Amino acid sequence: MAEPLARAERITVRFGGLVAVNDATLDVHEGRIVGLIGPNGAGKTTLFATIAGFQRPDAGRVLFAGADITRLAPHRRARLGIARTFQIVQPFAGLTVRENIAVGAHLRHAGRSEALAAAEAVADRVGLALLLDLPAAALTVAGRKRLELARALATEPRLLLLDEVLAGLNPSEIRDMIPVIRAIRDGGVTVLMIEHVMQAVMALAEEIYVLAEGRIIARGAPEAVARDAAVIEAYLGHGAAGLARGAAHA
Amino acid sequence: MSGRFAPVLVVLAALALVPLFVSSNVALNFLKVALMLALAGTGWNLLGGYGGQFSFGHAVFFGTGAYAAAVLQVRFGINPWAAFAAGIALGAAVGLAIGWLTFRAGLRGSYFALVTLAFAEVARIIASVWPLTGAGAGILIPLQVGFPTLQFASRAEGFWFVLALVGAAMLLVRAIEGQRFGACLVAVRENEDAARALGVDVLAVKLSAITLSGAITASAGGFYAQTFLYLDAGIAYGPWISVEALLTAIVGGIGTVWGPLIGALVLQALSELGKELGGDAPGLGLVLFGAVLILVVRFAPQGIVGLARSLRPGRLARG
Repeated sequence: MAEPLARAERITVRFGGLVAVNDATLDVHEGRIVGLIGPNGAGKTTLFATIAGFQRPDAGRVLFAGADITRLAPHRRARLGIARTFQIVQPFAGLTVRENIAVGAHLRHAGRSEALAAAEAVADRVGLALLLDLPAAALTVAGRKRLELARALATEPRLLLLDEVLAGLNPSEIRDMIPVIRAIRDGGVTVLMIEHVMQAVMALAEEIYVLAEGRIIARGAPEAVARDAAVIEAYLGHGAAGLARGAAHA
Repeated sequence: MSGRFAPVLVVLAALALVPLFVSSNVALNFLKVALMLALAGTGWNLLGGYGGQFSFGHAVFFGTGAYAAAVLQVRFGINPWAAFAAGIALGAAVGLAIGWLTFRAGLRGSYFALVTLAFAEVARIIASVWPLTGAGAGILIPLQVGFPTLQFASRAEGFWFVLALVGAAMLLVRAIEGQRFGACLVAVRENEDAARALGVDVLAVKLSAITLSGAITASAGGFYAQTFLYLDAGIAYGPWISVEALLTAIVGGIGTVWGPLIGALVLQALSELGKELGGDAPGLGLVLFGAVLILVVRFAPQGIVGLARSLRPGRLARG
């Protein structure tokens, strides 16, 4: 197999006594949609943050396009072509949708009018074209998720990190978003997504990593992972109590 | 592009005509002081209004501009124009230094505000004991009216000088609004993490903003020195100018080009009113300021400019 576009290599992150991510290795190959799943508190977002540069790992390194970027600040990684969305959406609330997206577009377009034009083009791709002049604070949850996506896309990334862009959406909104994400990949952007909505990630991803208690416990095609005994155990637990808790949280 | 500058240019041109029709010294003095406050406020507004970094210590820039102008010409015999320019450069340098110390350490919000207040107070105390700045006695610029000494024969000339400074600062801010730097600055104000994720170098943006902010507010200090020809530590580095700088922007309209100018005119009018009403009772102006600040924060958080915009919903007066 070819060199992966991005590789998180033997990453360990500790918060005090808690080991959030424990010796986890993850490869993202160019042109794919890769899913990262796992029970709550498994360390998905922390592992994600080390790839985006918001969390420095205690051990291990992050490679992107062959270069070691472990010590690079987030904005430098964005320049190299890594964009992320936030699980808890972070809109620039006081700005319009257009201005929000333009901040991302400015990464590759110095001129204001070029950035605004690029922002409009991106808004078209994610279905925000009609809301361009609305203040971001006025958007619904679904709108804000799209805005997160649009801003990240506007940076023209090679690797897009999506942190639960489908969480909080209703089934019809999820149905609307799936083709959007697929179109992004088809447009040449590699995607790594954390997702709790299982049908969606099973439908979208070509490869899935399962993280539990900070460790990668399984990796492979969606169907294979879904049948994996370790994965079922991680999600459903050992006994009846574990089963109930697992069902409530999954 | 030019459409965005036109309203600013029109208002500046209209203001420039005022001395041709108004010869009252009281009126011109009023406008000169108001414009000086607008200038200090425009500096504050770039960092605080656009960048979201609230400084309580812009006196440190005002005083640096003022003392640099005075000390360089009185003690070192440097040409007053050059001293004035050096004051602006020093204001920028002080801004960069304070930004380097505070922003790199990740100070934000009230912590940043408190540290800027501390910087201004330290500067005030140093200036009040250092012989170079005249210590407690202050420093006097000898009266020597003329163009080479940057001392104006008529009030109109002084008015035009400070108007030119305010105009340059407003046009600079308006230009920044339409550039990548402006977009990044506002993004930093709204959400630092999101900005960082989109490739914005947050530290660099904040440092640029505080450097420019320091330069603009220092020019107001330089103008003060050249106009009143006397400085002491309480005038140059006193909390009054820190308060006035942020009040003009907040009352007028935070994060807008017009805010500081409108706010300065309103506040200066109130201050004069306070003097009329209170006579010798000092501090009535400050009481009025406090009342206005409460009213603005409660009823018009976007200031007078925001209020005007919300009253004219059809027209999004972007300026």
